[in-house]
Amino acid sequence: MTGKLRRLLLARRGGASWHWTDVASYGYLALGVLLMFGPVLWLALSSFKTPAALLEFPPSLLPMAQSEVSVPGYPQPLPLFRVTMEDGSVRELAQVRRVGITAQMVDPAAPGQTIRVPADRRTPVRHMALAVENYTDPLTQFDFLRFLRNSLVVTVVATIITLLINSMAAYALSVYEFRGKKLAMLGVIGTLMIPITIILAPVYLVVTKLGFVDSLWAVILPGAATPTGVFLLRQYMLTIPRDLIEAARMDKASEWRIYARIVMPLSMPALAVLAIFSVMWRWNEFLWPLAVLTKTEVHTLPIALNAFQGELQTQWHYLLAMTVVTLLPVALVFAFLQRFITSGIANTGMK
Amino acid sequence: MTDTMRSHGAPARGPSAAAAAVTTGSANALMRLTDPPMRAVQRLIGAARMPYVFLLPNLVFFGLFVFLPIGINIVFSVTGGTALFPAERPYVGAEHYARLLDCGSYLEAASCREDLFWRGVGNTLTFTVFQMVAMVLFSLVTALVLNRPIRGRGFFRAVYFFPVLLSPVVVALIWKWILQRDGLLNAVLTTAGGEKILFFVDPGWAMFWSVFVSVWAHMGFYTLILLAGLQAIPRDVYEAAEMDGTRPWRVFHRITLPLLWPNLLVVLVLVLIRSVQVFDEVFVLTGGGPGTATMMVVQYIYATAFANQVQNFGLAGAASVLLGVVLFVLTLIQLFLTRRRAS
Repeated sequence: MTGKLRRLLLARRGGASWHWTDVASYGYLALGVLLMFGPVLWLALSSFKTPAALLEFPPSLLPMAQSEVSVPGYPQPLPLFRVTMEDGSVRELAQVRRVGITAQMVDPAAPGQTIRVPADRRTPVRHMALAVENYTDPLTQFDFLRFLRNSLVVTVVATIITLLINSMAAYALSVYEFRGKKLAMLGVIGTLMIPITIILAPVYLVVTKLGFVDSLWAVILPGAATPTGVFLLRQYMLTIPRDLIEAARMDKASEWRIYARIVMPLSMPALAVLAIFSVMWRWNEFLWPLAVLTKTEVHTLPIALNAFQGELQTQWHYLLAMTVVTLLPVALVFAFLQRFITSGIANTGMK
Repeated sequence: MTDTMRSHGAPARGPSAAAAAVTTGSANALMRLTDPPMRAVQRLIGAARMPYVFLLPNLVFFGLFVFLPIGINIVFSVTGGTALFPAERPYVGAEHYARLLDCGSYLEAASCREDLFWRGVGNTLTFTVFQMVAMVLFSLVTALVLNRPIRGRGFFRAVYFFPVLLSPVVVALIWKWILQRDGLLNAVLTTAGGEKILFFVDPGWAMFWSVFVSVWAHMGFYTLILLAGLQAIPRDVYEAAEMDGTRPWRVFHRITLPLLWPNLLVVLVLVLIRSVQVFDEVFVLTGGGPGTATMMVVQYIYATAFANQVQNFGLAGAASVLLGVVLFVLTLIQLFLTRRRAS
């Protein structure tokens, strides 16, 4: 039985035996899992700790809190300790108060009698406690829902605009021959060299002139046309058979109709890849929103998180929980579309 | 015609049928709404001019948010004052460029008039060199390991890839939490008998973690490109080498590396382009500190234009133009290499 199991676990493709390089490979991968997943797991675990538990050093792995009991005769619940008594027995006692190196304890079962024990003889009784209020408080106390909504609006609206205008341009550049096509292509390539990083102030000026300062449009519009999107879609549209388009023209379909009813449905795989990219870009975008969104009401999640972490007294318990909420949609999208995303990126070499 | 269209419409099977029906329905409604005006446009200008109509929205966006800003940026860089509108700014010629480039010695940032800029340049260079070496090394090793007959390759590939999708702010906060004074890493260090290290107070450590976190976040992307390149190498080349009894190191050196080289070059240039513009993760992780130890060029530009008390668009513009020239050259190289790889 164990032999069978061992053979199953150790079996290799092609029936070859184990080599030290195989061991090294799996060792490397195991280390990778620890290093890549560990930090995110640590964030998630920490986000459920109470502020007191977050201050502990060394930190406990799981979110723990000290157990408390209500004892008759005492108005407040008392902290519970496990005490090693002088005769070597171990009892669970509630602490009334601590004076210097001795602690006054009571037995919750017999509250009448106080017991004095040396403070170093007790260890706190702890249980796992999830501080869910880290998640619920920001929803009510801060504008967290507003930031979430802002991020959603930016992501959805920008992605729709991106898909529409980039697919239109890609359609023009893939299906037609027209004067100035070379120039248009060159223009699109040119924009590839100008990341928003180096035109922050001028774009700010344009956005100001258009009257979009401190509105979500200031974040949505500037990145909507993307050379990456145009090329990705054009490449795909070039593979659509011309006969289909010619046949539609014979049937007197308008050029717009050909775009909307033939080319677009056939380009779905490429559109989906661009949609995922766009969602990713917009949800995570940082520098430009940081520059242009000065009012708190229009902050998106990354900007809000950054503002929150920069405060004098960082409230880590809230910050960690909000970070998890920001990370969660991306994690879910990835969990479901992993193969699709990775093959999309491997094929295009873009992100 | 209608048959063709229907066959490319909704695949009415499985749980997605309902979603597909909704999509088709809204698409039909949208079509009824948009087709008549577009048809009228086509009648007006003729079918041959329709491509311009399709190009128009994108060109307007590119024009407004890329090409016009480039022009304004150049104007900014040769005008002074604090006004945002170019018409209100006095012409100062090459003054900003002169100020940026005025150095006693280019090797010593403190000897420069605009020492912060040069500190940014120096930091960005340091970051870029270390990041390129580490990124290429780790993504290459990971791609090579993943290219072996590994069980659960899809899972491991996903493990290395998922941080690519995370927001740079999230990435920075995850690590900031681990690296803080009473954080997980210091707990591990003290448990192992070491001393606590204040990672963000020591300039060397701050730079180390800036590079580390960037590599952590992005290596999955480059691993993916290299893995695709490795998988494109024909199996029979390896089989022939195996039959000849070629040693593994020699196989790597003589077969894998030369055949992977085009991909590796593209990765190198991509890492270079991204490194030169690095900002997000490092800014949230270290704030550019301690002091200016991890302040990058982009942070200098951002601070000069927006965050400082006196907004100096002229100086920021000049620095942007210089950075833009560097990026322009790098991108030309990238396009050349990508094209060569494709052909």
